[in-house]
Amino acid sequence: MLDVWRRTAGYSAALATTLFVVVVVSAGIGPVPIAARTVVAVVANAVVVPTGLEVVDAAGGVASSTAGLPLRISFTHPFAFPVSQTHEAIIMRVRLPRILLAAFVGVALAAAGTVMQGFFRNPMADPGVIGVSSGAAVGAVSWIVAPSALLALLGPLRPLLADGIGLQLAAFCGALIAGFTVYLIASREGRTPVATLLLAGVAVQTFLGAVVSYLLLNSGESIRRVTYWLMGHLSGASWSEVGVAAVVVPTLTLVLFAYARDLNVLLMGEQDAQSLGVNAERSKRALLAVSSVLTGAAVAVSGVIGFVGLIVPHAVRLLVGPDHRVLLPTSALAGGSFLVAADTFARAGVAELPVGIVTAAAGAPFFLYLLRTREVYEL
Amino acid sequence: MSGCEPLIVGRDLTVSRGGERVLDGVSLTVDRGELVGLVGPNGAGKTTLVSLVNGTLEPESGTIELDGRDRAGLSQREIARIVATVPQEATTSFEFDVESVVEMGRTPYVSRFGTTTAADHDAVERAMARAEVSAFADRSVTTLSGGERQRVMFARALAAETPGLLLDEPTASLDINHQLRTLELVREAVDDGKGVLAAIHDLNLAARVCDRLILLDGGRVRTEGTPREVLADDALADAFGVRTVVSDDPAVGSPMVTALRDGDLSVTEREATDDTPPEE
Repeated sequence: MLDVWRRTAGYSAALATTLFVVVVVSAGIGPVPIAARTVVAVVANAVVVPTGLEVVDAAGGVASSTAGLPLRISFTHPFAFPVSQTHEAIIMRVRLPRILLAAFVGVALAAAGTVMQGFFRNPMADPGVIGVSSGAAVGAVSWIVAPSALLALLGPLRPLLADGIGLQLAAFCGALIAGFTVYLIASREGRTPVATLLLAGVAVQTFLGAVVSYLLLNSGESIRRVTYWLMGHLSGASWSEVGVAAVVVPTLTLVLFAYARDLNVLLMGEQDAQSLGVNAERSKRALLAVSSVLTGAAVAVSGVIGFVGLIVPHAVRLLVGPDHRVLLPTSALAGGSFLVAADTFARAGVAELPVGIVTAAAGAPFFLYLLRTREVYEL
Repeated sequence: MSGCEPLIVGRDLTVSRGGERVLDGVSLTVDRGELVGLVGPNGAGKTTLVSLVNGTLEPESGTIELDGRDRAGLSQREIARIVATVPQEATTSFEFDVESVVEMGRTPYVSRFGTTTAADHDAVERAMARAEVSAFADRSVTTLSGGERQRVMFARALAAETPGLLLDEPTASLDINHQLRTLELVREAVDDGKGVLAAIHDLNLAARVCDRLILLDGGRVRTEGTPREVLADDALADAFGVRTVVSDDPAVGSPMVTALRDGDLSVTEREATDDTPPEE
């Protein structure tokens, strides 16, 4: 369709609005119910706007000779709605970081899942298909079970691990090492056949699964923490994690979006894509690398949250069709909403649950419902 | 630059696969406004040759010039702006609608961060009208018949508005009606000035529409020339391992070849036998 950009913009606007509403509603849900109006007021109060630039030393008419820019940016809070400090603290310190992290992780997983399903022309592909999630699991579990051993291994990276991001970094490194290993195994003479990649991914996942099981057996007292991490969780989200995610996830998702046309053409077969002027191997490398980093980043902060990257792209494809220029942004936004909603249930339901259980328990039946009610013959 | 040189020139092309020579010193030329048919038995190297020209395969040795420029120095995008390919069969199982598939033909012109323009839109419309697929522009390609899908792929190639077209067995899976329709469309494109290289399985169909035939066998060019010359050449019979008889198609007058098995006698041979005077 040639009005594809209009469809993309329309769907994306609708889904972005949905995501906003879901975030606001979710922030109001919890042991202390807070009205949506209050939530919006708290968020508005937190907004800062740069109001002016001052040239600090210009007053005397003599140019400053000090290094650095002689500028000072002043900020102001444009809004000051009256809200209770308790509500403000609950939303800003507890709920919002977790909700926003859920949104970014959902976006990342759904975008990476969409790319993997298209890339492998396989409806069962998910973001972890080339071993990225398993690699992250090995990294994270090693960190939890034997941090000193891992620290010794990492040696020169030690200073980086000081301020409490060791677990995330170990998971992220594990993800990238696993993904890159699978890629190397499956590549020969500059070519990476998709089928080989898929099988190498399965084999490496199985192997890493064995490693995780072994670590789990020997995890002693930390077994609860390990299990919790493996099930996928968003509790304990911090603003610094949100900050990293807010930069990494939208940037990488946009890069994937730039490859949406290549992905469409690749669906016709690699030879065919090549004859249409797409450098198939280069596009494949870019898609694989970017979606792996995206998945690795998501898994590093949230553990292995299953089904989001599998089911959301599927469900959205049934609604908007296979064109990745429409599918990729809509699926990403829907993934954000889905994970925020699932995590709200996970933290505010009858008991605090790992969100991975909720996504699987809610996602699978919804998916089956879609399968039965829509006519789906092929991916 | 354009117009003077032949559109496609291949010189001494060699390709091996698994230690075996698939192409062995093949040279060929395709001019603008010319339809060149590649014929030959299965495994002769027809598809391989098409892949060399459109850049999906690298030759071991030999050179290819497209529009007067060395293919080795062209990016995949630049190649795709000179020759568009109609694949043997459209393999997608994704439910793209026809217009989306035809629009993929514009890929070599759309920049990564850009969007399709009015010019792209016009090219797609023209190509769909030309290939007679406008009527089902909104239907999913998965719901089309083989012949319709083949015309969609042809429209996709036309949408690229290249001076050259490559067709890899475009009629292999079609019934006789759609074979003819597809080849008529190809002929029209040639009459518009495009240079076309088509691997065609069916010798008589090839002879009927092509200006020139190239007979490939065992990775070598055995003979080339007008359809009549090639069909009559002993090399043809050798290549296919049969005896052949060339006659004129009674309906359209194009040269026609009939394969005979060892025991078969052609009509003339039979007449010759019949003409022996009866013994008294």
